[in-house]
Amino acid sequence: MNELVFFINNVLISGAVIGSIYALGAVGITLIFSILRFAHFAHADLMTLGAFFAFFLTALFPAIGPALGLPTAFVMLPLAMGLTALTAVYLDKAFYKPLRAQGVKPIVLVMASLGVTLMLQGLIRMFMGTSSRSLYIDDRKGIHRIDVPFELANRPIVITDPQILLILFLVVAVIALHLFLTRSKLGKAMRAMSDNPDLARVSGINTQKVVTVTWIIAGSLAAAAGTLLSLDVSLKPDLSFMLLLPIFAAAIVGGVGHPYGALAGGFVIGFAETLSVFNWAVLLRPFRDQLWFELPANLAFVPTEYKITVPFFILLAILVWRPTGLFKGKVL
Amino acid sequence: MHLLEAKNVHGGYGGMNILNGVDLAINADEIGVIVGPNGAGKSTLLKAIFGLLRVTEGSIELRGEPITNADPGELVLKKMAFVPQEKNIFPSLTVQENLEMGAYSRRDNYQHILEQVYHFFPPLADKRAQPAGELSGGQRQMVAMGRALMIEPSLILLDEPTAGLSPLYMADIFERIVTINAAGVGVLMVEQHAKQALKIAHKGFVLVAGQNRFTDTGMNLINNPEVAKAFLGG
Ligand SMILES: Nc1ncnc2c1ncn2[C@@H]1O[C@H](COP(=O)(O)OP(=O)(O)OP(=O)(O)O)[C@@H](O)[C@H]1O
Ligand SMILES: [Mg+2]
Repeated sequence: MNELVFFINNVLISGAVIGSIYALGAVGITLIFSILRFAHFAHADLMTLGAFFAFFLTALFPAIGPALGLPTAFVMLPLAMGLTALTAVYLDKAFYKPLRAQGVKPIVLVMASLGVTLMLQGLIRMFMGTSSRSLYIDDRKGIHRIDVPFELANRPIVITDPQILLILFLVVAVIALHLFLTRSKLGKAMRAMSDNPDLARVSGINTQKVVTVTWIIAGSLAAAAGTLLSLDVSLKPDLSFMLLLPIFAAAIVGGVGHPYGALAGGFVIGFAETLSVFNWAVLLRPFRDQLWFELPANLAFVPTEYKITVPFFILLAILVWRPTGLFKGKVL
Repeated sequence: MHLLEAKNVHGGYGGMNILNGVDLAINADEIGVIVGPNGAGKSTLLKAIFGLLRVTEGSIELRGEPITNADPGELVLKKMAFVPQEKNIFPSLTVQENLEMGAYSRRDNYQHILEQVYHFFPPLADKRAQPAGELSGGQRQMVAMGRALMIEPSLILLDEPTAGLSPLYMADIFERIVTINAAGVGVLMVEQHAKQALKIAHKGFVLVAGQNRFTDTGMNLINNPEVAKAFLGG
């Protein structure tokens, strides 16, 4: 039974957690691609930036969380999301919008977003240094140990506060996004613009407003993902390097332009990672006498240090065999 | 005063000039029909009128008010609607959502207009919850026109509303255009089915190489042997 608990902790919970992070990032990438037709490479840096804002706010008001019984950084999350959304809107105004007005090719916008990536990384390091920091300043991470009601199991299932908050946030965000896209006038206009931008203009849709709202949604989801991940692990300035490839892989696996596909893609990548670094020897150990081979101490598909290669290979496979993604999407 | 008047309009894509001085005018209760060979610049002219293409010379006026190079969003507010030749629906949106997008600029309750459009195009009423991309060509054309009608336009620009439709469907669409016009909507349309279209036209314009070749009433153009021979297939 301990082996199963180990599996639940290391594959199911870890996969769901990292999958949620990837999903929140990938939804933003997919929305930006649908509306503005370019791959926004600086997206992972918006995630870092959001976490940075949350850290900054937590340092300013460290006592708020304990008073409410929640992590301070989580209480600060709406503000961090707002600040990141605002930053995203202004980054667009400053760097992407002038290029769009010139009618440049999408690749020029991609290059510009690479420039924005470098700029944001420089700025974040300038203010924060290169060390990793905890988003818990005056409070401590709540860790829940759930005992499994089986005799043979003496190890508990472990889940932390930030993990629970992350999953709850994702559920709420997805429902809200769905209602926005299918019920609100602006959300429908967003889908219309993704479908046919010229006709959207002809119909009198305020396309600038749609663009702004896209950045607000993408920016705030990115901030939430960055903050909740940093809350669970720690805030590192190079967070975006670890996130960039998986969130793009998730968006492409899901079929670019499909928000729900991006969501699914996030979990596909998340679980693929945890399944491939999982030490299967642990699960096989109870059966080691029946096995025809000597069970090694570590039996994982991919060593943990090489986890980043997993989304890379999934991405390659998808591009080769199903370039439109699991759901039908635009080919990048 | 004319509802729409274009004078000496020049324009094109990039540096290339497609329109080389087009003149055109229709009154408030009229149907104007533009015919001409493929590549004559008919679609380009409608795009230029609707502000989707830079007019480099000449002027366009709506009820005497200059609208040269106006923003399409502004023209929608002036109750001008445009149905492009291609890609004139939102395929992944439902029929109803397509119509709602037509009404995007409205601040008032447009429920009754929605019902009017369904009444006018009965096939759409049954399909209101279906993605518009799943409809037949004729039904899509209805969605496209329905979307444009949602602002209760005083002027509607139609680019080949009968393209790809069977003769029966074509007659049906022409009939509806006459009905729309009878309700007080000015119509300016481009048509390949030149003879049938000119029959319902008050004004006709034969465009060749970005210039007016003939400008007259619809009937006069049909009866003009020169026009008939060169542009109406005998
Ligand atoms: N987006 C574009 N970019 C560059 N040139 C274009 C573009 N669209 C059309 N053209 C050119 O402009 C000219 C006129 O095209 P337009 O579409 O106005 O013709 P049309 O009279 O509507 O023809 P048809 O009857 O085939 O629809 C053509 O020579 C075409 O090649
Ligand atoms: Mg045309």
